[in-house]
Amino acid sequence: MTAATAGAAHAVRRAGLRPGVWLAGALVLAFLLLFLVLPVGRVFHSAFVEADGSPTLGHFGAFFSQGLMREAFANSLYVAVMSALLAAVIAVPLAYFTVRFDFRGALLIQTLGVLPLIMPPFVGAVALQLIFGRSGSVNLLLGDAFGITLPLMEGLNGIIFVEAIHYFPFILMNLTVALRNIDGAMEEAAMNLGCRGWRLFWRVIFPLALPGFVAGASLVFVKVFDDLGTPLVLGQTNLLAPQAYLRITQVGLEDPMGYVISVIMIVFSIMAMALSAQVLRGKDYATTQKGGASIQRRRLTPAGSFMAYAWIVVVLLVVLSPHLGVLLLSLAQVWSFSPLPDAYTLAHYATVFQDSSGMIRNTLLYCGLAAGLDVVLGVTIAYLMLRTTLPARQWLDWVATASLAVPGIVLAIGYLRLYKGVTVPGTEVLLTGTWVMIMLAYAVRRLPYALRSCVAALQQVHVSLEEAAQSVGATQLRSIRRVVVPLMAGGILAGFVTSFITAAVELSATILLTSAESQAPMSYGIYLYMQSVAGRGPGAALGVLAIAVVAVGTYLSHVVVERTQSRFQPAARENNA
Amino acid sequence: MPVPAATGSRGLAAFVQPAGHRRTAGRVPPCTRALARRALVAMAAVSALWAQPAAAGTVTVVTSFPKELTQAYKTAFEKAHPGIKLEILNKNTVQGIAYVRELPVGQRPDVFWASAPDAFEVLAGAKLLDNIAGLANKAAPAKVGNYPINNPDGLYLGQALAGYGLMWNTRYLAANKLPAPRQWADLVKPVYFGHVATSSPSRSGTTHLTVETLLQGEGWAKGWTQLLQIAGNCAAVTERSFGVPDGVNNGQFGIGLVIDFFGLAGKFSGFPVDFAYPDVTAVVPANIGLVSGGKNADEARKFISYTVSQEGQQLLYDPKISRLPILPPEAMGGKAPQGYPNPFEIAKRAKVQFDSDLSESRYNVVSALFDQTITFRLKELQAATKAIHAADAALAKKPNPKAAALLKDARDAAYTPVVDATKVADKDFLGVFAASKKDAAVNKRVTALEDHWNTSARQNYERARALAEQALALAK
Repeated sequence: MTAATAGAAHAVRRAGLRPGVWLAGALVLAFLLLFLVLPVGRVFHSAFVEADGSPTLGHFGAFFSQGLMREAFANSLYVAVMSALLAAVIAVPLAYFTVRFDFRGALLIQTLGVLPLIMPPFVGAVALQLIFGRSGSVNLLLGDAFGITLPLMEGLNGIIFVEAIHYFPFILMNLTVALRNIDGAMEEAAMNLGCRGWRLFWRVIFPLALPGFVAGASLVFVKVFDDLGTPLVLGQTNLLAPQAYLRITQVGLEDPMGYVISVIMIVFSIMAMALSAQVLRGKDYATTQKGGASIQRRRLTPAGSFMAYAWIVVVLLVVLSPHLGVLLLSLAQVWSFSPLPDAYTLAHYATVFQDSSGMIRNTLLYCGLAAGLDVVLGVTIAYLMLRTTLPARQWLDWVATASLAVPGIVLAIGYLRLYKGVTVPGTEVLLTGTWVMIMLAYAVRRLPYALRSCVAALQQVHVSLEEAAQSVGATQLRSIRRVVVPLMAGGILAGFVTSFITAAVELSATILLTSAESQAPMSYGIYLYMQSVAGRGPGAALGVLAIAVVAVGTYLSHVVVERTQSRFQPAARENNA
Repeated sequence: MPVPAATGSRGLAAFVQPAGHRRTAGRVPPCTRALARRALVAMAAVSALWAQPAAAGTVTVVTSFPKELTQAYKTAFEKAHPGIKLEILNKNTVQGIAYVRELPVGQRPDVFWASAPDAFEVLAGAKLLDNIAGLANKAAPAKVGNYPINNPDGLYLGQALAGYGLMWNTRYLAANKLPAPRQWADLVKPVYFGHVATSSPSRSGTTHLTVETLLQGEGWAKGWTQLLQIAGNCAAVTERSFGVPDGVNNGQFGIGLVIDFFGLAGKFSGFPVDFAYPDVTAVVPANIGLVSGGKNADEARKFISYTVSQEGQQLLYDPKISRLPILPPEAMGGKAPQGYPNPFEIAKRAKVQFDSDLSESRYNVVSALFDQTITFRLKELQAATKAIHAADAALAKKPNPKAAALLKDARDAAYTPVVDATKVADKDFLGVFAASKKDAAVNKRVTALEDHWNTSARQNYERARALAEQALALAK
């Protein structure tokens, strides 16, 4: 930060330490303690104690002396880094095209680009096996035509492939918002000085959008590092998350090693997050103008246009292949060792509507509430962190982010243990028997997504805008309400959407916390169906419905963002004139 | 519990509204008020649901069984007993145990219903099962083979029988020009390299039984050698036991080691798959038990007796379910479909008389050994096996005594278990695995052993590969 802006930030911060700030901090802290720290602590206790309850570090020694564990650690790191890179290769051009150039299909890219996230990872991997696997459609066709097969789904490369396809939207969404928020004057200034093309992108535009990119890339990294479903479905076990899971969930064996791995994963994920914060430190990304004066859309040359479309088509085909796979599966009677199903039927959809329509409603309810809770918490934490001098405010961020690394099964066991026997006030119903617990688990597990988006959005709002509001007499609360939050709207919405759609596919905590089928959300239903030969069709049908529901929601919120932007537009133009 | 439409739409409103709402009304201050409001909305939504206590006469069943099976029983039972409702709660076996264990008395589900006998042993050990010996169907034989159908202590009852065998995809085999396998020993042949799949005994109780059956049928050393050879031909060791039949159904794998109903249900549902029981097999029951401290024990007892009654057993013949009844075919009222397997005949023919005490005593050792030397080292094992097959083929064309000796060494290195038969019979050795791993010293010993197995296995496989490659070079 330059001296001038640092001073300005300081002025606002000093003004900012009011009782309201303390209260907000306390409420956030209470939430995190009650629904994250204490439950997880309850479980993690096991990693540090002997059978008789006395403390020990012996379990950690046992971990580090195992060659397999060191190998798993190295593999996890490799897969996470490579996935983030591949995801960036997919996402950066898409984000740049949609924001920078005037061409049709931008909205399509944005909506379709989100679709991978709404697929439960294990369903996505199953579907990708059907398309790209060893006897998948692509390889069967290639084998017939040319006698070759592509080992796309084999080994660690398979995981990287699936993860990059699954998580690149994190980068796409955050980067798109960041690019939109860049002040067009910066670009014009660079062009006045003779900077064009790639140089303009790499030296001016991309660096200005770096907070969004880093926010997205670090999410991809941590998510892949922590992901369980994909490696398991692909049969890869030499990674940390599968090792922890295999140990925690063995029949009749409470193995502390699983909890040790969980502790190590949490510590490492927090370190990765801290490192990404370190990269961004010492730089100021805030620009004073927003929205209306954003970088100008240009027309592409015919050749450029062709290249852009070609890339988009290739990416979309790959990205949509799991959805295509699930769609085919949902319509298939029998699909076995053939490029396409033998015969088609709509019976699976009938089964689903007959048995499971309540699940769609449950998903909307739980995930909507959880995502709402997440953006409120996210904005609060971002504001406390960047704009106030509240002591230990960074800790709120770190604690909230740590939940990324908490396996769902650990969080769920923590809830069941911590709230054992606690009833809802005034009734005899167990708290853990209500769906509120499922909703809270979603909110806690998806909070980091919303938080990152909110932080990136707030980083790009220059503090002088708030100062201006306050210098003409607005209170702090009013300036937040009328200036800061509206300017953050894009980021907030990105956070909401990310939280919502990823909560919609949460499975591990859901399975443990669902106490009646009538309370079950769709992800549970898909899992349930997918457990049997006759259930694969209905499971896929429910998956298609889940995708449709979330896609419509995402599209609607996108329309809202566009409208927000267009409302800013005329005013900005007047200012420029 | 139906969710009122109003709360549903409120959830939807919360979903589509934020940005627009926030901008126009400037509503959400990022602190107290909004949080409180959110909480209120949540609470209001919840309170609508609180008003529903667990209805009397509702039996809650925790099960790992698929929906078409539970749905069939739910429909039939509710029709036979109007007034009693069945609430099915599907969890996999491990999560089911955790779920029952974490709930206080009076809030627990009533019935636990799953395949793996060891899951019931865990529940029995934690005093979570009530005695239901009185509910057993008197028409059921005491034993299948020499495995007791009902738990001798009366804590759980056999509800259906299952044998283990081989399932294959006929299209896959035809496309790859492979013969259908009949015995475990067929799977070690080079033609099947990369076409087989199995699950792991630590993940799936049914796979554990298969592995233990093989070990008891062939003896420890020979059994492991065969297991390692089969595993070397495996394309994957799946995490879920359903991953194997699923992969065979969709043609990802050619052949899978599965429990019979997976194979039979796939076949009867129209998939191009077939199933066979090898001679080395065991028939064991899937079980049902009454959870102590449940809400509706009386109604739950009625449900359990229904599942083992003749009427309840007939439901197993549904093609989508395809499980074997605990009653002999002659006691099934003549409803047995044509060509349906008779478990008692299979058990009689089977070479293995399954010893559950032996299995129990070395349970954790077998699981850990399988994971450390097969699941986690599959890549190296596959590479060694591939090299051995290649050298074998070359030698068949052009015999060479020196190369043959090298190949034998390679086979010994790759397919000898890292724990021998005397060690696994050693009580002290088994004791290490039975002790609580929560004790840091025990944990350290166990992990050191596991690390030792893992490292030795890796070295053995790499050495085997090197030896086989030398043999191949000589035979060329």
